[in-house]
Amino acid sequence: MDWIDALLIPAIKSLVVIVVLLLAFAYMTYVERKLVGRFVRRYGPNRAGPFGLLQPIADAFKAIFKEEVIPTEVDKWLYVICPGIAVAGSLIVFGVIPVGDSFMAWGRKITMVVADVNVGVLYVVAMAGLGLYGIFLGGWASNNNFSLLGALRSTAQVITYELPMGLAIASIATITGSLRFGDIIAAQKTLPLIILQPVGFLVYFISGMAEINRSPFDMPETENELVSGYSTEYGGIKFAIYFMAEYINMIVMSILVATLFLGGWQGPFAHLSPLLQLVWLVVKAAVVLFVFIWVRASIPRVRYDKWMKFGWKFLVPLGLANLAVTAVVVALVA
Amino acid sequence: MSALVNAVKGLIQHLRAMGITLRYLFMKPVTVQYPEQPPEIYPRFRGRHELQRYENGLEKCVACGLCAAVCPSGAIYVEAAENDPEHPVSLGERYAKRYEINMTRCIFCGYCEEACPKGAIVMGHEFALADFGRHELVYSKEQLLEPARPHVIVKQV
Repeated sequence: MDWIDALLIPAIKSLVVIVVLLLAFAYMTYVERKLVGRFVRRYGPNRAGPFGLLQPIADAFKAIFKEEVIPTEVDKWLYVICPGIAVAGSLIVFGVIPVGDSFMAWGRKITMVVADVNVGVLYVVAMAGLGLYGIFLGGWASNNNFSLLGALRSTAQVITYELPMGLAIASIATITGSLRFGDIIAAQKTLPLIILQPVGFLVYFISGMAEINRSPFDMPETENELVSGYSTEYGGIKFAIYFMAEYINMIVMSILVATLFLGGWQGPFAHLSPLLQLVWLVVKAAVVLFVFIWVRASIPRVRYDKWMKFGWKFLVPLGLANLAVTAVVVALVA
Repeated sequence: MSALVNAVKGLIQHLRAMGITLRYLFMKPVTVQYPEQPPEIYPRFRGRHELQRYENGLEKCVACGLCAAVCPSGAIYVEAAENDPEHPVSLGERYAKRYEINMTRCIFCGYCEEACPKGAIVMGHEFALADFGRHELVYSKEQLLEPARPHVIVKQV
Protein backbone atom coordinates (compact mmCIF):
# COMPACT_ATOMS: atom_id res chain seq x y z
CA MET A 1 0.00 0.00 0.00
CA ASP A 2 1.70 3.13 -1.18
CA TRP A 3 1.03 6.71 -0.19
CA ILE A 4 -1.44 7.23 -3.05
CA ASP A 5 -3.73 4.52 -1.76
CA ALA A 6 -3.26 5.48 1.84
CA LEU A 7 -3.53 9.24 1.66
CA LEU A 8 -4.24 10.80 -1.71
CA ILE A 9 -7.29 8.79 -2.75
CA PRO A 10 -9.09 9.06 0.62
CA ALA A 11 -8.32 12.77 0.68
CA ILE A 12 -9.81 13.26 -2.79
CA LYS A 13 -12.81 11.14 -1.86
CA SER A 14 -13.38 13.18 1.31
CA LEU A 15 -13.16 16.39 -0.66
CA VAL A 16 -15.70 15.13 -3.18
CA VAL A 17 -18.04 14.01 -0.40
CA ILE A 18 -17.81 17.36 1.41
CA VAL A 19 -18.34 19.44 -1.71
CA VAL A 20 -21.25 17.31 -2.89
CA LEU A 21 -22.87 17.35 0.55
CA LEU A 22 -22.55 21.13 0.86
CA LEU A 23 -24.10 21.63 -2.58
CA ALA A 24 -26.79 19.11 -1.77
CA PHE A 25 -27.49 21.04 1.43
CA ALA A 26 -28.00 24.27 -0.48
CA TYR A 27 -30.49 22.75 -2.86
CA MET A 28 -32.10 20.63 -0.16
CA THR A 29 -33.29 23.85 1.48
CA TYR A 30 -34.74 24.90 -1.88
CA VAL A 31 -36.44 21.56 -2.49
CA GLU A 32 -37.85 21.51 1.01
CA ARG A 33 -39.25 25.05 0.85
CA LYS A 34 -40.69 24.39 -2.57
CA LEU A 35 -42.30 21.11 -1.53
CA VAL A 36 -43.64 22.36 1.80
CA GLY A 37 -45.12 25.30 -0.09
CA ARG A 38 -46.81 23.01 -2.58
CA PHE A 39 -48.16 20.82 0.20
CA VAL A 40 -50.11 23.81 1.49
CA ARG A 41 -50.93 25.19 -1.98
CA ARG A 42 -48.33 27.93 -2.07
CA TYR A 43 -45.61 28.29 -4.70
CA GLY A 44 -42.58 28.40 -2.43
CA PRO A 45 -39.55 30.49 -3.47
CA ASN A 46 -40.00 31.59 -7.10
CA ARG A 47 -38.46 35.05 -7.35
CA ALA A 48 -34.68 34.60 -7.43
CA GLY A 49 -33.86 33.26 -10.88
CA PRO A 50 -36.04 30.90 -12.92
CA PHE A 51 -38.34 28.96 -10.56
CA GLY A 52 -36.46 30.54 -7.66
CA LEU A 53 -33.46 28.33 -8.40
CA LEU A 54 -30.98 30.97 -7.21
CA GLN A 55 -32.66 31.26 -3.82
CA PRO A 56 -30.07 29.15 -1.94
CA ILE A 57 -27.27 31.35 -3.34
CA ALA A 58 -29.12 34.50 -2.33
CA ASP A 59 -29.62 33.04 1.15
CA ALA A 60 -25.95 32.16 1.42
CA PHE A 61 -24.87 35.69 0.51
CA LYS A 62 -27.35 37.16 2.92
CA ALA A 63 -26.06 34.98 5.76
CA ILE A 64 -22.42 35.75 4.98
CA PHE A 65 -22.89 39.51 4.87
CA LYS A 66 -24.98 39.75 8.00
CA GLU A 67 -23.45 41.45 11.00
CA GLU A 68 -21.67 39.07 13.35
CA VAL A 69 -23.39 39.48 16.67
CA ILE A 70 -21.90 37.81 19.73
CA PRO A 71 -24.01 38.49 22.82
CA THR A 72 -21.96 39.76 25.76
CA GLU A 73 -22.93 37.10 28.29
CA VAL A 74 -22.16 34.05 26.14
CA ASP A 75 -19.27 31.66 26.55
CA LYS A 76 -17.51 33.08 23.49
CA TRP A 77 -15.19 30.21 22.67
CA LEU A 78 -17.89 27.54 22.81
CA TYR A 79 -20.44 29.81 21.20
CA VAL A 80 -18.27 30.27 18.12
CA ILE A 81 -17.09 26.69 17.63
CA CYS A 82 -20.40 24.93 18.31
CA PRO A 83 -21.89 25.32 14.81
CA GLY A 84 -18.62 23.90 13.52
CA ILE A 85 -18.89 20.89 15.82
CA ALA A 86 -22.43 20.29 14.61
CA VAL A 87 -21.55 20.44 10.94
CA ALA A 88 -18.35 18.40 11.35
CA GLY A 89 -20.34 15.74 13.16
CA SER A 90 -22.79 15.45 10.32
CA LEU A 91 -20.15 15.48 7.57
CA ILE A 92 -17.94 12.90 9.26
CA VAL A 93 -20.77 10.36 9.40
CA PHE A 94 -20.82 10.06 5.64
CA GLY A 95 -17.28 8.69 5.58
CA VAL A 96 -18.24 5.03 5.94
CA ILE A 97 -21.34 4.88 3.75
CA PRO A 98 -20.71 3.22 0.39
CA VAL A 99 -22.33 4.97 -2.54
CA GLY A 100 -21.48 2.17 -4.96
CA ASP A 101 -19.27 -0.86 -5.43
CA SER A 102 -15.96 0.04 -7.05
CA PHE A 103 -14.48 1.05 -10.38
CA MET A 104 -11.13 0.99 -12.13
CA ALA A 105 -9.31 4.22 -12.82
CA TRP A 106 -5.63 4.69 -13.80
CA GLY A 107 -5.05 1.02 -13.15
CA ARG A 108 -6.29 1.22 -9.59
CA LYS A 109 -9.37 -0.27 -8.03
CA ILE A 110 -11.24 2.56 -6.36
CA THR A 111 -13.96 1.64 -3.91
CA MET A 112 -16.85 4.07 -3.71
CA VAL A 113 -16.55 4.68 0.02
CA VAL A 114 -14.12 6.87 1.90
CA ALA A 115 -13.31 4.29 4.58
CA ASP A 116 -14.61 0.73 4.62
CA VAL A 117 -14.83 0.23 8.38
CA ASN A 118 -15.86 -3.19 9.69
CA VAL A 119 -18.04 -1.61 12.41
CA GLY A 120 -19.43 1.02 10.04
CA VAL A 121 -22.93 1.18 11.49
CA LEU A 122 -21.58 1.57 15.01
CA TYR A 123 -19.31 4.36 13.80
CA VAL A 124 -22.28 6.13 12.24
CA VAL A 125 -24.28 6.00 15.46
CA ALA A 126 -21.32 7.23 17.51
CA MET A 127 -20.45 10.09 15.18
CA ALA A 128 -24.06 11.21 14.81
CA GLY A 129 -24.13 11.45 18.60
CA LEU A 130 -20.94 13.51 18.51
CA GLY A 131 -22.50 16.01 16.11
CA LEU A 132 -25.29 16.57 18.60
CA TYR A 133 -22.73 17.96 21.03
CA GLY A 134 -22.75 20.98 18.75
CA ILE A 135 -26.43 21.48 19.53
CA PHE A 136 -26.39 21.10 23.27
CA LEU A 137 -23.08 22.81 23.89
CA GLY A 138 -24.33 25.66 21.70
CA GLY A 139 -27.49 25.89 23.76
CA TRP A 140 -25.43 25.87 26.95
CA ALA A 141 -22.90 28.43 25.74
CA SER A 142 -25.65 30.85 24.67
CA ASN A 143 -26.46 31.58 28.32
CA ASN A 144 -30.13 31.95 27.55
CA ASN A 145 -33.04 30.16 29.17
CA PHE A 146 -34.66 29.16 25.93
CA SER A 147 -31.40 27.90 24.48
CA LEU A 148 -30.69 25.91 27.62
CA LEU A 149 -34.14 24.31 27.56
CA GLY A 150 -33.70 23.47 23.89
CA ALA A 151 -30.33 21.94 24.65
CA LEU A 152 -31.78 19.89 27.51
CA ARG A 153 -34.54 18.63 25.28
CA SER A 154 -32.02 17.74 22.63
CA THR A 155 -30.04 15.72 25.16
CA ALA A 156 -33.13 13.93 26.45
CA GLN A 157 -34.28 13.21 22.93
CA VAL A 158 -30.94 11.79 21.85
CA ILE A 159 -30.76 9.52 24.90
CA THR A 160 -34.32 8.37 24.32
CA TYR A 161 -34.20 7.77 20.61
CA GLU A 162 -30.73 6.36 20.16
CA LEU A 163 -31.92 3.33 22.12
CA PRO A 164 -34.65 2.18 19.72
CA MET A 165 -32.35 3.12 16.87
CA GLY A 166 -29.66 0.86 18.30
CA LEU A 167 -32.21 -1.91 18.76
CA ALA A 168 -33.30 -1.65 15.13
CA ILE A 169 -29.66 -1.76 14.04
CA ALA A 170 -29.11 -4.79 16.31
CA SER A 171 -31.96 -6.56 14.52
CA ILE A 172 -30.28 -5.86 11.20
CA ALA A 173 -26.97 -7.09 12.52
CA THR A 174 -28.66 -10.28 13.71
CA ILE A 175 -29.87 -11.00 10.20
CA THR A 176 -26.82 -9.93 8.23
CA GLY A 177 -24.25 -11.05 10.80
CA SER A 178 -22.11 -7.98 10.19
CA LEU A 179 -21.90 -4.28 10.96
CA ARG A 180 -19.95 -3.52 7.79
CA PHE A 181 -22.03 -1.55 5.32
CA GLY A 182 -20.69 -3.60 2.41
CA ASP A 183 -21.92 -6.82 4.00
CA ILE A 184 -25.30 -5.35 4.91
CA ILE A 185 -25.81 -4.20 1.32
CA ALA A 186 -24.64 -7.58 -0.02
CA ALA A 187 -27.17 -9.33 2.25
CA GLN A 188 -29.95 -7.37 0.54
CA LYS A 189 -29.07 -8.56 -2.94
CA THR A 190 -32.31 -10.47 -3.41
CA LEU A 191 -34.55 -8.97 -0.76
CA PRO A 192 -34.27 -5.49 0.82
CA LEU A 193 -34.37 -5.60 4.60
CA ILE A 194 -37.53 -3.49 4.77
CA ILE A 195 -39.47 -6.65 3.83
CA LEU A 196 -37.78 -8.81 6.45
CA GLN A 197 -37.82 -6.04 9.08
CA PRO A 198 -40.92 -3.87 8.63
CA VAL A 199 -41.17 -3.16 12.35
CA GLY A 200 -37.46 -2.51 12.58
CA PHE A 201 -37.76 -0.13 9.65
CA LEU A 202 -40.57 1.80 11.32
CA VAL A 203 -38.64 2.02 14.60
CA TYR A 204 -35.50 3.13 12.81
CA PHE A 205 -37.35 5.65 10.67
CA ILE A 206 -39.11 7.32 13.60
CA SER A 207 -36.05 7.41 15.82
CA GLY A 208 -34.01 8.58 12.86
CA MET A 209 -36.33 11.51 12.39
CA ALA A 210 -35.97 12.28 16.09
CA GLU A 211 -32.19 12.01 15.84
CA ILE A 212 -31.97 14.60 13.07
CA ASN A 213 -34.47 16.91 14.82
CA ARG A 214 -36.94 16.88 12.00
CA SER A 215 -40.33 18.41 12.58
CA PRO A 216 -42.69 17.03 14.00
CA PHE A 217 -40.00 15.90 16.44
CA ASP A 218 -37.84 19.04 16.50
CA MET A 219 -37.72 19.23 20.28
CA PRO A 220 -34.48 21.29 20.46
CA GLU A 221 -36.12 24.05 18.45
CA THR A 222 -39.82 23.99 19.32
CA GLU A 223 -40.47 27.48 17.93
CA ASN A 224 -43.87 27.82 19.56
CA GLU A 225 -42.52 27.30 23.07
CA LEU A 226 -38.81 28.08 23.08
CA VAL A 227 -38.49 30.92 20.55
CA SER A 228 -35.94 28.99 18.51
CA GLY A 229 -34.50 26.63 21.11
CA TYR A 230 -30.76 26.09 21.04
CA SER A 231 -30.23 28.50 18.13
CA THR A 232 -32.05 31.47 19.71
CA GLU A 233 -28.87 33.49 20.19
CA TYR A 234 -27.34 32.55 16.87
CA GLY A 235 -27.56 34.68 13.76
CA GLY A 236 -25.91 35.25 10.42
CA ILE A 237 -23.44 32.70 9.16
CA LYS A 238 -23.29 30.84 12.49
CA PHE A 239 -26.99 30.15 12.29
CA ALA A 240 -26.59 29.16 8.65
CA ILE A 241 -23.96 26.63 9.67
CA TYR A 242 -26.33 25.11 12.23
CA PHE A 243 -28.89 24.97 9.49
CA MET A 244 -26.34 23.28 7.27
CA ALA A 245 -25.66 20.65 9.93
CA GLU A 246 -29.37 19.97 10.20
CA TYR A 247 -29.85 19.48 6.48
CA ILE A 248 -26.71 17.41 6.02
CA ASN A 249 -27.94 15.23 8.89
CA MET A 250 -31.18 14.86 7.01
CA ILE A 251 -29.42 13.84 3.78
CA VAL A 252 -27.14 11.42 5.61
CA MET A 253 -30.09 9.92 7.47
CA SER A 254 -31.97 9.37 4.22
CA ILE A 255 -28.95 7.64 2.70
CA LEU A 256 -28.60 5.52 5.86
CA VAL A 257 -32.23 4.42 5.62
CA ALA A 258 -31.73 3.64 1.93
CA THR A 259 -28.58 1.65 2.71
CA LEU A 260 -29.80 -0.25 5.75
CA PHE A 261 -33.34 -1.06 4.64
CA LEU A 262 -33.79 -0.38 0.93
CA GLY A 263 -30.79 -2.23 -0.47
CA GLY A 264 -28.37 0.65 -0.83
CA TRP A 265 -26.86 1.12 -4.27
CA GLN A 266 -28.25 -2.14 -5.58
CA GLY A 267 -31.04 -2.24 -8.12
CA PRO A 268 -31.89 -3.48 -11.60
CA PHE A 269 -28.89 -3.08 -13.96
CA ALA A 270 -26.81 -1.64 -11.08
CA HIS A 271 -23.96 -4.09 -11.81
CA LEU A 272 -23.49 -2.53 -15.28
CA SER A 273 -21.92 0.74 -14.17
CA PRO A 274 -20.87 2.43 -10.92
CA LEU A 275 -22.73 5.52 -12.11
CA LEU A 276 -25.96 3.55 -12.19
CA GLN A 277 -25.31 2.38 -8.63
CA LEU A 278 -24.94 5.99 -7.55
CA VAL A 279 -28.17 6.85 -9.33
CA TRP A 280 -30.00 4.05 -7.56
CA LEU A 281 -28.77 5.24 -4.17
CA VAL A 282 -29.74 8.83 -4.95
CA VAL A 283 -33.20 7.77 -6.11
CA LYS A 284 -33.79 5.75 -2.96
CA ALA A 285 -32.48 8.53 -0.73
CA ALA A 286 -34.65 11.04 -2.57
CA VAL A 287 -37.73 8.95 -1.85
CA VAL A 288 -36.84 8.89 1.85
CA LEU A 289 -36.18 12.64 1.83
CA PHE A 290 -39.53 13.23 0.20
CA VAL A 291 -41.19 11.28 3.01
CA PHE A 292 -39.29 13.37 5.59
CA ILE A 293 -40.60 16.57 4.02
CA TRP A 294 -44.05 15.11 3.54
CA VAL A 295 -44.29 14.18 7.23
CA ARG A 296 -43.12 17.65 8.20
CA ALA A 297 -45.77 19.27 6.04
CA SER A 298 -48.55 17.02 7.36
CA ILE A 299 -48.16 16.41 11.08
CA PRO A 300 -47.99 19.03 13.84
CA ARG A 301 -45.32 18.86 16.53
CA VAL A 302 -45.69 16.28 19.26
CA ARG A 303 -45.84 17.58 22.82
CA TYR A 304 -42.52 17.09 24.58
CA ASP A 305 -43.67 14.86 27.46
CA LYS A 306 -45.81 12.72 25.15
CA TRP A 307 -42.86 12.34 22.86
CA MET A 308 -40.65 11.10 25.73
CA LYS A 309 -43.41 8.75 26.82
CA PHE A 310 -43.76 7.42 23.29
CA GLY A 311 -40.04 6.78 23.13
CA TRP A 312 -39.62 4.98 26.44
CA LYS A 313 -42.94 3.21 26.76
CA PHE A 314 -43.63 2.27 23.17
CA LEU A 315 -40.69 2.48 20.81
CA VAL A 316 -38.09 0.87 23.10
CA PRO A 317 -40.33 -2.11 24.00
CA LEU A 318 -41.31 -2.46 20.35
CA GLY A 319 -37.68 -2.45 19.31
CA LEU A 320 -36.83 -5.03 22.01
CA ALA A 321 -39.71 -7.29 20.96
CA ASN A 322 -38.64 -6.97 17.34
CA LEU A 323 -35.07 -7.86 18.26
CA ALA A 324 -36.21 -10.89 20.29
CA VAL A 325 -38.45 -12.19 17.49
CA THR A 326 -35.70 -11.62 14.94
CA ALA A 327 -33.17 -13.44 17.09
CA VAL A 328 -35.47 -16.45 17.58
CA VAL A 329 -36.34 -16.66 13.88
CA VAL A 330 -32.70 -16.33 12.83
CA ALA A 331 -31.72 -19.05 15.34
CA LEU A 332 -34.46 -21.37 14.04
CA VAL A 333 -33.67 -20.83 10.38
CA ALA A 334 -29.91 -21.07 10.67
CA MET B 1 -52.41 -4.86 24.00
CA SER B 2 -54.44 -1.63 24.01
CA ALA B 3 -51.21 0.28 23.48
CA LEU B 4 -50.67 -1.61 20.24
CA VAL B 5 -54.27 -1.03 19.12
CA ASN B 6 -53.88 2.68 19.86
CA ALA B 7 -50.62 2.76 17.98
CA VAL B 8 -52.19 1.20 14.90
CA LYS B 9 -55.15 3.58 15.13
CA GLY B 10 -52.84 6.55 15.48
CA LEU B 11 -50.78 5.36 12.54
CA ILE B 12 -53.90 5.12 10.37
CA GLN B 13 -54.93 8.62 11.40
CA HIS B 14 -51.53 10.00 10.52
CA LEU B 15 -51.55 8.22 7.19
CA ARG B 16 -54.94 9.78 6.44
CA ALA B 17 -53.57 13.21 7.30
CA MET B 18 -50.65 12.59 4.98
CA GLY B 19 -53.06 11.51 2.26
CA ILE B 20 -54.76 14.89 2.48
CA THR B 21 -51.52 16.80 2.15
CA LEU B 22 -50.49 14.58 -0.74
CA ARG B 23 -53.70 15.49 -2.54
CA TYR B 24 -52.94 19.16 -1.93
CA LEU B 25 -49.47 18.70 -3.43
CA PHE B 26 -51.01 18.15 -6.87
CA MET B 27 -53.51 21.00 -6.71
CA LYS B 28 -52.87 24.38 -8.26
CA PRO B 29 -51.52 26.86 -5.68
CA VAL B 30 -53.91 29.58 -4.60
CA THR B 31 -51.21 32.27 -4.22
CA VAL B 32 -51.79 35.47 -6.19
CA GLN B 33 -48.52 36.33 -7.93
CA TYR B 34 -48.97 39.95 -6.94
CA PRO B 35 -46.90 42.35 -9.01
CA GLU B 36 -47.60 40.43 -12.23
CA GLN B 37 -51.08 39.29 -11.37
CA PRO B 38 -53.56 41.89 -10.04
CA PRO B 39 -55.29 41.00 -6.78
CA GLU B 40 -59.07 40.76 -6.67
CA ILE B 41 -60.82 43.29 -4.45
CA TYR B 42 -64.43 44.11 -3.67
CA PRO B 43 -66.06 47.31 -5.04
CA ARG B 44 -66.33 48.84 -1.56
CA PHE B 45 -62.61 48.34 -0.88
CA ARG B 46 -61.22 51.42 0.88
CA GLY B 47 -57.95 52.42 -0.71
CA ARG B 48 -56.31 55.80 -1.25
CA HIS B 49 -58.64 58.84 -1.28
CA GLU B 50 -59.54 60.56 -4.50
CA LEU B 51 -60.95 64.09 -4.71
CA GLN B 52 -63.77 64.34 -7.23
CA ARG B 53 -64.68 66.94 -9.86
CA TYR B 54 -67.93 67.79 -11.61
CA GLU B 55 -68.19 67.11 -15.32
CA ASN B 56 -67.46 70.77 -16.10
CA GLY B 57 -64.15 70.46 -14.27
CA LEU B 58 -65.11 72.26 -11.08
CA GLU B 59 -64.03 70.67 -7.82
CA LYS B 60 -66.74 69.17 -5.67
CA CYS B 61 -64.96 70.09 -2.44
CA VAL B 62 -66.21 73.30 -0.78
CA ALA B 63 -63.75 73.16 2.14
CA CYS B 64 -66.38 72.73 4.84
CA GLY B 65 -63.85 70.81 6.95
CA LEU B 66 -66.23 68.04 8.02
CA CYS B 67 -63.81 65.38 6.87
CA ALA B 68 -61.04 66.91 8.97
CA ALA B 69 -63.42 67.13 11.94
CA VAL B 70 -64.55 63.51 11.71
CA CYS B 71 -61.16 62.02 11.00
CA PRO B 72 -60.30 59.89 14.10
CA SER B 73 -56.56 60.09 13.52
CA GLY B 74 -56.37 63.74 12.52
CA ALA B 75 -54.84 62.96 9.16
CA ILE B 76 -56.68 65.57 7.09
CA TYR B 77 -55.81 69.26 6.87
CA VAL B 78 -58.11 71.64 4.97
CA GLU B 79 -57.44 75.32 4.40
CA ALA B 80 -60.38 77.22 2.88
CA ALA B 81 -60.36 80.30 0.64
CA GLU B 82 -63.02 82.44 -1.04
CA ASN B 83 -63.79 81.61 -4.65
CA ASP B 84 -63.02 84.25 -7.22
CA PRO B 85 -66.45 84.68 -8.98
CA GLU B 86 -64.74 85.15 -12.37
CA HIS B 87 -62.73 81.96 -12.14
CA PRO B 88 -64.33 79.65 -9.56
CA VAL B 89 -62.44 76.57 -8.45
CA SER B 90 -65.46 74.92 -6.86
CA LEU B 91 -69.22 75.28 -7.14
CA GLY B 92 -69.77 76.93 -3.74
CA GLU B 93 -68.54 80.17 -2.20
CA ARG B 94 -65.39 78.64 -0.87
CA TYR B 95 -62.87 76.15 -2.12
CA ALA B 96 -60.02 74.18 -0.60
CA LYS B 97 -56.85 76.18 -1.00
CA ARG B 98 -54.88 73.43 0.61
CA TYR B 99 -56.14 69.91 1.10
CA GLU B 100 -53.65 67.44 2.56
CA ILE B 101 -53.96 63.90 3.82
CA ASN B 102 -51.17 62.38 5.83
CA MET B 103 -51.10 58.75 4.69
CA THR B 104 -48.83 57.72 7.55
CA ARG B 105 -51.68 58.60 9.94
CA CYS B 106 -54.71 57.60 7.88
CA ILE B 107 -56.35 54.37 9.05
CA PHE B 108 -58.60 54.01 5.99
CA CYS B 109 -61.79 53.95 8.06
CA GLY B 110 -63.77 55.84 5.42
CA TYR B 111 -65.39 58.33 7.86
CA CYS B 112 -64.31 61.26 5.67
CA GLU B 113 -66.19 59.76 2.76
CA GLU B 114 -69.29 59.31 4.92
CA ALA B 115 -69.10 62.83 6.36
CA CYS B 116 -68.63 64.65 3.06
CA PRO B 117 -71.86 66.43 2.07
CA LYS B 118 -70.73 66.93 -1.53
CA GLY B 119 -69.34 63.48 -2.29
CA ALA B 120 -66.04 65.18 -2.94
CA ILE B 121 -63.77 62.76 -1.16
CA VAL B 122 -64.06 59.11 -2.11
CA MET B 123 -61.98 56.13 -1.07
CA GLY B 124 -60.54 54.69 -4.25
CA HIS B 125 -59.02 51.31 -5.00
CA GLU B 126 -55.33 52.20 -4.98
CA PHE B 127 -53.53 50.45 -2.13
CA ALA B 128 -49.85 50.32 -3.15
CA LEU B 129 -48.80 53.45 -1.26
CA ALA B 130 -45.28 52.56 -0.14
CA ASP B 131 -42.72 55.34 -0.52
CA PHE B 132 -39.21 56.24 0.55
CA GLY B 133 -39.87 59.15 2.89
CA ARG B 134 -42.48 60.43 5.32
CA HIS B 135 -42.86 63.74 3.52
CA GLU B 136 -43.76 61.98 0.29
CA LEU B 137 -46.63 60.34 2.15
CA VAL B 138 -48.36 63.64 2.89
CA TYR B 139 -50.53 63.80 -0.21
CA SER B 140 -51.28 67.23 -1.62
CA LYS B 141 -54.54 68.33 -3.21
CA GLU B 142 -53.06 67.99 -6.69
CA GLN B 143 -52.06 64.38 -6.00
CA LEU B 144 -55.47 63.58 -4.56
CA LEU B 145 -57.31 65.11 -7.50
CA GLU B 146 -55.49 62.92 -9.97
CA PRO B 147 -57.50 59.73 -10.53
CA ALA B 148 -55.47 56.64 -9.60
CA ARG B 149 -55.21 53.66 -11.88
CA PRO B 150 -54.97 50.83 -9.37
CA HIS B 151 -53.56 47.49 -10.48
CA VAL B 152 -56.54 45.43 -9.31
CA ILE B 153 -59.46 43.43 -10.53
CA VAL B 154 -62.72 44.64 -8.98
CA LYS B 155 -65.00 41.71 -8.21
CA GLN B 156 -68.55 42.02 -9.47
CA VAL B 157 -71.06 41.40 -6.71
